[in-house]
Amino acid sequence: MSQAERKSFDLLITGVGGQGAILASDIIGKAAVTAGLPIRAAETHGMAQRGGSVVNHIRVGKDYGSMIPKKGADLLLALEPMEAIRYLDFLKDGGIIIVNTHPIIPVTVTAGLTKYPEVSDILDVLSEKYIVKAFNADELAFEAGNRLAMNVVMVGAVSGYLPISKETLLDSVKALVPQKTIEINLRAFEAGRQKVEES
Amino acid sequence: MTMREYMLGNVAIARGLLEGGVQVIAGYPGTPSSEIIDTLAAREDRDYHIEWSVNEKVAMEVAVGAAWTGVRSVVTMKHVGLNVAADPFMTLAYAGTKGGLIVIAADDPSCHSSQNEQDTRRYAQFALVPCFDPSTPQEAKDMLPYAFEFSEKFEVPVIFRPTTRISHGKSDIELGEIPVEKAAPNFEKLLDRWVMLPKNARLRHTHVLSIQQPIEDALAESPWNSLELKPDAKFGVIGAGIASVYAKEALVELGLEVSYLKIGAYPVPRKLILELLETVDAVLVFEELEPIVEEQVKMIAQEAGIEVSVLGKTNGFVPREGELNVSAFLETLMKTFDLEIETEPSDMALELASRPPALCAGCSHRATFYSMKKVFGNDAIYPSDIGCYTLGIQNGTVETTLCMGSSISVASGLYHAGEKRPICCSIGDSTFFHSGMNSLLNAIVNKANITVTILDNRITAMTGHQPNPGVGYTATGEPTVQVSLEELCKAMGAGFVSVVDPYRLEETQEAFKAAKEFEGVAVVIARQPCVISGKRAGIRRVPYVVDPEKCEGCKQCVKFGCPAIEFNEENKCAVITALCSGCGVCAQICKFEAIQEVKK
Repeated sequence: MSQAERKSFDLLITGVGGQGAILASDIIGKAAVTAGLPIRAAETHGMAQRGGSVVNHIRVGKDYGSMIPKKGADLLLALEPMEAIRYLDFLKDGGIIIVNTHPIIPVTVTAGLTKYPEVSDILDVLSEKYIVKAFNADELAFEAGNRLAMNVVMVGAVSGYLPISKETLLDSVKALVPQKTIEINLRAFEAGRQKVEES
Repeated sequence: MTMREYMLGNVAIARGLLEGGVQVIAGYPGTPSSEIIDTLAAREDRDYHIEWSVNEKVAMEVAVGAAWTGVRSVVTMKHVGLNVAADPFMTLAYAGTKGGLIVIAADDPSCHSSQNEQDTRRYAQFALVPCFDPSTPQEAKDMLPYAFEFSEKFEVPVIFRPTTRISHGKSDIELGEIPVEKAAPNFEKLLDRWVMLPKNARLRHTHVLSIQQPIEDALAESPWNSLELKPDAKFGVIGAGIASVYAKEALVELGLEVSYLKIGAYPVPRKLILELLETVDAVLVFEELEPIVEEQVKMIAQEAGIEVSVLGKTNGFVPREGELNVSAFLETLMKTFDLEIETEPSDMALELASRPPALCAGCSHRATFYSMKKVFGNDAIYPSDIGCYTLGIQNGTVETTLCMGSSISVASGLYHAGEKRPICCSIGDSTFFHSGMNSLLNAIVNKANITVTILDNRITAMTGHQPNPGVGYTATGEPTVQVSLEELCKAMGAGFVSVVDPYRLEETQEAFKAAKEFEGVAVVIARQPCVISGKRAGIRRVPYVVDPEKCEGCKQCVKFGCPAIEFNEENKCAVITALCSGCGVCAQICKFEAIQEVKK
């Protein structure tokens, strides 16, 4: 789909501390600067990082603050299924959700204090009001050469919606991932992009 | 061609300090301020002194000494750090400075990573010190060279107050030049300035009061305070700091024609406020945390005899606590104009599991807490402190957390009140060096009977792995003296000091038993590098695996709470995931020898 006419884009990335949400947002942020677009982002640091729930706001083409208003996000990129639901308030009605279906079980669940909902139930809830693209990004990353490249699979998955060219995003991936993992990450990006294009 | 870069707010702040020609930088780590020094310390072409000081008070005094020689200096900390540094700060306001001196205190509205949400602007008001309150990372960077010049012009220290969303926001940043020429240090012996004897202090107080109006006038003309009057608008909005961009975004989005005053530097610009008040019937003040601007606007209106409604926090239009955002501004507008707020019922059919932050897989704190709890039991009282280990609240061994260094002194107070239950407190290595040392000395001298556990993970972990006096290197990685915790505790008079490896449960529990028996202050130092910094330093351990043949499904290892241990409900066996760092503690907990090292 052509996004050339779309100048600004509010993207929310949600996940779990340690999944690489910050690198995913940095890839997009750096690419936006190269593309000459203003960019604002807000991240979770400090206490909230230690395996906790994290949320990054990314505003491409916006001049104001870094926080997306409620019901303001064009797209929700969820690196973990349950974390897609937690921040739904931010997504505009009828917005798009790209969700990695691979769950990360919190310690509250392993300790038996609470239950993790069925992933299929999560997807059903999401599909009621939003356009959902769901797939196992951890598996795609594994096939690309390393599970840790899951975040780049997800950047590839959202790439077609961003007002930034694919080439610029790929340059940004190359500049930000460790040198020896570039090939794996480029494959991961392509795998994510293709997955969404097919659907 | 102008250079633009994508930067973290704190990296932009670091850049602003460079563009302002900073020569001495000191600070103590604290979220959300830490990356300012991390960034500047990591630069290779440094022509400045930079240090992690042992605490904020010390850091501020280092910056003061430097600024009194005429060079530009800065001290960085989180908001609560200014409480620690308040003693030098309040009197520094009288003495003033020669070289530009910026006090960076980063506020944390909503307590993302803090124990309170105090507003540093109150300190500025209290001390009669100008305050800069950036609204975006770009403005933050641009303000700093200005703030240095301003500080030098009036010979006063200035506060620079970013909030979490500035410090940990990211933005494209237009860069400026970094100056090459810098002032040469020359300490002038101006005793009436630098010696705050009562006779000097009285004169300096009068002086500081006398420059408040010129300071306010200069700031009213600065780029940081600006007024847009709309010809026929009867409604005005005043936005302060980061809240000003939230208000602006909403106003532009709605296409509302209102007059708008943006405030980014204090004392508030009386002149601009009066200009606004004279044209409108009502004004809405939108600011995070304390109603500082709002109070000033009310006073100014009253003094000038202007009839105007001032809407804000004191009359319930703006939330008093927590951070603000565009949605909060829209809700405020709805209330102001008495419009229905659409409240959609939450249609969440699913119950979500909470996902609180937790100690890492293999974190030695969890092992220490496990042994502590085994020995001291449920009856004991567990005061604790500020750091990653505060997450030990999930292990039942964190029962008080007040401020940096308070664990040992609160424990002393519990004991002296007559508590008969055993008291075992915990404090991290960096927090101990910060201010726990004083508390330990006090506990020993005043004869408390408590156990003090120093969780010595050889780093300041929570804030991003900064060095402390125990690690043997400085902020820039240069080797320096490595201070021995055990020798320090002994020198302060501790009669019992035991150093243990918390990964060895038996050894650790023996030490806790002996400490519990000891009459007086017993110190147990649980030493094991942080798993994150340890991994970076090349520590590799063989991970562990559960043998399903031997696992009885008793869940003792699962209850330990390590994120690497899960339970498979299908075969009723524990499972160790790829997160395992090989600490081996679960293998010692298992009664059936079902957990073993992965065979190569």
